[in-house]
Amino acid sequence: MNVLELRSISKVYGRGAAEVQALRDISLTVAGGSMVAVMGPSGSGKSTLLTIAGTLEEPSTGAVLVNGQDVAAMSGGAKARVRRRTIGYVFQDFNLLPGLTAAENVSLPLELDGTSARRAHLAGLKALEDLGLGDLARRFPDELSGGERQRVAIARAVVGERSLLLADEPSGALDSVNAEGVMRLIHTYCKRGTAAVVVTHDAQLASWADRVVFLRDGRIVDQTVPPPGPESLLEQPS
Amino acid sequence: MSVRHALLALLSEGPKYGLQLREEFEARTGEVWPLNVGQVYTTLQRLERDGLVEAVDEEAVEHDPLNTAPGAPQKAYRITFAGSDELAEWLRVPPDLSSPPRDELVMKVLIAVRVPGADVHEIIQAHRRHLVQLMQEWTRLKEEEADYDLPFSLVVDAELFRLDSVVRWLDAAEGRLRRAEEGGMPHNVDPQVSAQVQRRRRRLGAYQ
Repeated sequence: MNVLELRSISKVYGRGAAEVQALRDISLTVAGGSMVAVMGPSGSGKSTLLTIAGTLEEPSTGAVLVNGQDVAAMSGGAKARVRRRTIGYVFQDFNLLPGLTAAENVSLPLELDGTSARRAHLAGLKALEDLGLGDLARRFPDELSGGERQRVAIARAVVGERSLLLADEPSGALDSVNAEGVMRLIHTYCKRGTAAVVVTHDAQLASWADRVVFLRDGRIVDQTVPPPGPESLLEQPS
Repeated sequence: MSVRHALLALLSEGPKYGLQLREEFEARTGEVWPLNVGQVYTTLQRLERDGLVEAVDEEAVEHDPLNTAPGAPQKAYRITFAGSDELAEWLRVPPDLSSPPRDELVMKVLIAVRVPGADVHEIIQAHRRHLVQLMQEWTRLKEEEADYDLPFSLVVDAELFRLDSVVRWLDAAEGRLRRAEEGGMPHNVDPQVSAQVQRRRRRLGAYQ
């Protein structure tokens, strides 16, 4: 089942002489349980692709389907629900609220979505524990290391069984050991059935993904071929 | 890779048999570099000739299950003082990190710029994809196994950083080529480059 499907997406900013074509004819599908990395240099359109996939921005042409539903056909309320309940976002600079503990940060999206404070709190603790972060629940962001903050941010992004995780350079601000911890966490979480799109310029981060898509000047120019699994050996003609 | 010094390092922990050395070498290098037992004995003989190890009586060796077969004559070795000095020295001496005289990928990109009809960006991307696919395979191995095996994770990290540096070079090369195409930098080397600069470049192994 494709959790995310982008069909011939284009995005143009500005008009006339100031027109900038940020994305050109992008088609991409991401199934549940798989992680796709979008790799490209600055200005290649990575972040635009992610904001459109996250329904935070509309494409100029083309369609975005989340769990098989065309986002453009949704009412404003339905779109907001998809944003709050289906999609989780992870940013490079964590964006945790400083006055709230890790557990409160994680449960906040559920509370904003109308879940009772008690149930949201329990779900927040569960998300932290699922990711092996239970010990951090009562700490405030300034009591956490960079790597811990980003792991809490991932827990916040996935709390309440989201099916799509979108991450923009999620480990860009971390050293390589912490970056690996963050990517390992995202990939582990994906294997439980969530779809993830990670945009990055870093090949080591991208190499955690099941598939790497290369973006240049707003266009997908190439992608990795999955390594042949044991099945391919069985399919060889005798 | 120095088998010689790896064996000295293993013997610095105490006397050992040849077969035991092979097993331990493979285990400590994450089983990435297989070593045949013939190589172990040849190396031990050379080390003995150079006075860096010496044969010992069997009783001096901690009993090893690999050597329980009756009638299997096994020689055990221990490190000498000269051997310990040699090992300490080797650990500190920087390895030869100079690049090969003509790095093949660098050559391919330099040549692709000049060959009529060759799309250098497409060629760079083909190499980038290949490298990222290799990195995916190493990362998969690390994800599955490295948690339990420190030497293996160290070896995998080294491989990933090496491949990553090649991808980064390709990214930088592409950026430079784009700027050149936009008129920022000439493709051709200025014939007026002074003899001194040329000499210096040749010493660095740059190709013109």
